[in-house]
Amino acid sequence: MKMMSGAAMVVEALKDVGVTHLFGYPGGAVLDIYDALYAQDTIKHVLVRHEQAAAHMADGYARSTGKTGAVLVTSGPGATNTITGIATAFMDSIPMVVLSGQVPSMHIGEDAFQECDMVGVSRPIVKHSFLVKRPEDIPMAIAKAFYIANTGRPGPVVVDLPKDIVNVQEQHPYVFPKDVTMRSYNPTLKGHSKQINKAVKSMLKAKRPVVYVGGGAITAEASANVTKLAEKLKAPVVSTLMGLGAFSSVHEQFVGMLGMHGTLEANKAMHNSDCIIALGARFDDRVTNNVDKFCPHADIIHVDIDPASISKIINAHIPVVGSIDKVTKQLLDVMAEHDLKGQTEKLSDWWTQINEWRAKKCLSYPQEGQVIKPQKVIQALYEHTNGDAYVSSDVGQHQMFAALYYPFAKPRRWINSGGLGTMGFGLPAAMGVQFAHPDACSVVVTGDGSIQMNIQELSTCMQYGLPIKIISLNNRALGMVRQWQDMNYKGRHSHSYMDSMPDFVALAEAYGHIGIKVEKLDDLDDAMKRCFAEKTRLVFMDICVDQNEHVYPMQIKYGAMDDMRLSKTERT
Amino acid sequence: MRRIISVLMENAPGALSRIVGVFSQRGYNVDSLCVAPTDDESLSRLTIITQGTDKVIEQITKQVNKLIDVLKVVELTDGAHIERELMLIKVCTRTDLARSEVKRTVDIFRARILDVTLSHYTIEVTGTNEKLSAFADVVGQCAEITESARTGVVGLARGDKALRP
Repeated sequence: MKMMSGAAMVVEALKDVGVTHLFGYPGGAVLDIYDALYAQDTIKHVLVRHEQAAAHMADGYARSTGKTGAVLVTSGPGATNTITGIATAFMDSIPMVVLSGQVPSMHIGEDAFQECDMVGVSRPIVKHSFLVKRPEDIPMAIAKAFYIANTGRPGPVVVDLPKDIVNVQEQHPYVFPKDVTMRSYNPTLKGHSKQINKAVKSMLKAKRPVVYVGGGAITAEASANVTKLAEKLKAPVVSTLMGLGAFSSVHEQFVGMLGMHGTLEANKAMHNSDCIIALGARFDDRVTNNVDKFCPHADIIHVDIDPASISKIINAHIPVVGSIDKVTKQLLDVMAEHDLKGQTEKLSDWWTQINEWRAKKCLSYPQEGQVIKPQKVIQALYEHTNGDAYVSSDVGQHQMFAALYYPFAKPRRWINSGGLGTMGFGLPAAMGVQFAHPDACSVVVTGDGSIQMNIQELSTCMQYGLPIKIISLNNRALGMVRQWQDMNYKGRHSHSYMDSMPDFVALAEAYGHIGIKVEKLDDLDDAMKRCFAEKTRLVFMDICVDQNEHVYPMQIKYGAMDDMRLSKTERT
Repeated sequence: MRRIISVLMENAPGALSRIVGVFSQRGYNVDSLCVAPTDDESLSRLTIITQGTDKVIEQITKQVNKLIDVLKVVELTDGAHIERELMLIKVCTRTDLARSEVKRTVDIFRARILDVTLSHYTIEVTGTNEKLSAFADVVGQCAEITESARTGVVGLARGDKALRP
């Protein structure tokens, strides 16, 4: 039996659960753990510039790999700075473990220096948390944390480590648990066979079915099964913001993202459907619009690993609890017993209708003169990256433009804060992606507002030589806020513009990177070429785009799914 | 509608705060809450009285069940069940009339007087929530209530049904 200090146990347990990267920032309460890290080179530690970014990096790492992201921060402010990052991961069901230092056990509750009740503060935004009280409990706590984070519906887990239990002076026996079982936690993976049969019956009876794919399909690595299911059924597929890439956006059966900024054809298909097959989606308010008017003709089959997500917002006619990969496999097996030859013919009227909606080309936009339209930038980005980049996004108009104009053919390529909508997420997330995939093209789509919320990480990028490409759609305003003010507040732009924008090119250069400013449409292509020719260095593209552009289509508040504005002057 | 939700959970630090957290963060009511270890010391049983439509109760049950420390959740009001609550109530009994009326009421309700001074009785009464309220109401008419404390409801299903791990 190996004897070691609590601090060494933390590092050893992280190795045993397979952590490759640890994103963190040292401080008083975790100095012992940092000393233990110094003595090894299995785990690569990434020194961030702000703890929020550490959590987003671990998040980007997790989203792009499916593995659990790991964070190490000190007590008090170090821990509280991760809160936004933890909440972001929680809302999007991302596996993450945050190890936070804590003041010594005997000082807990005394308002000691850098004390904060991290377990308490993080409670509503974690899947679970541990306050470790004895050094010998460290291996089990860490093993359980990683097990909980990345099973069932994934989520962030906090492990709070008081300084005295990681003391380097004391030695304790280290035993890593062979496997973790918990009597109170046992997620259901396989769907109930009766429900599966009912679902198949309903799917095959439908004349206007729609497959509605969400982030759960990506979490469960179910892309292949989902694709097979949709192809066998011949049904149109719509995707949530979180699900993009689970079903290829360049597949002929793909009719687009649905919801608030979904395509006309996706929302029309949903509204007119007679059978909605929801796979790992949660009927978010950014999807449903007015729930009372939601898809009035549809039987709803709702598959999700989290029973609490089923019938939470929209009542499911056929609920199926299970993981998307397992349940889609079960559905396919039952479908195989049926004759599916008639599907194409049965759905031909449905496809005729969908193609009519498609023909309206809801994503077209006018391009005049040299003013650069933000949509154009995303399309250029798609061409220059061959549609194969990892695209991390911040939050705002640029996020919607990226989701709509960059078709993702593979899962785990689109990295964005869908649930919490965290500005400042993009750059650190793209860094996490780059650490996980050193040779891949990691791009950030951001705006002049969002990028300034974690811009200090440009320094971290320099330290680790990350060749990230930052595509900043600079409209000198908080675009999405401005759009809402235009639409709902008579154009009163209350605090949505920025009067003292930094020179982003000079800023990027100050951090040691390359900055490129683009102001004219004619220069866009060459600038993109220059940007993506740089294989080893970070390039910050500051692209001046049309300040008055709005994101369309857009659902009309209190309406049904398909009540939409198509441009500033047209609506459905 | 009033519902009794019974929860079997790990007797672990923080477990209670997580359950209470689900109620506060999702905006559910708690009318009363009672928690203590069970015959198996490693488990706690918690009984919550709440109000809500079927949809709300379904969500409460699912959200509480989702907590890692929780083993089982049942809604007792779904079926035949027994519920009990205990109240300690201190009344001021300075007059002979008050003393005899309170004593009579105690007998009628099958309550017990636990502590007696020249000026006060402290009474224990168990029963359903309604019985306790009725007792307090009647006693309050013949003597002044100094203070009272109630445990909140505990309950079990009738027959052989049980909440076990």
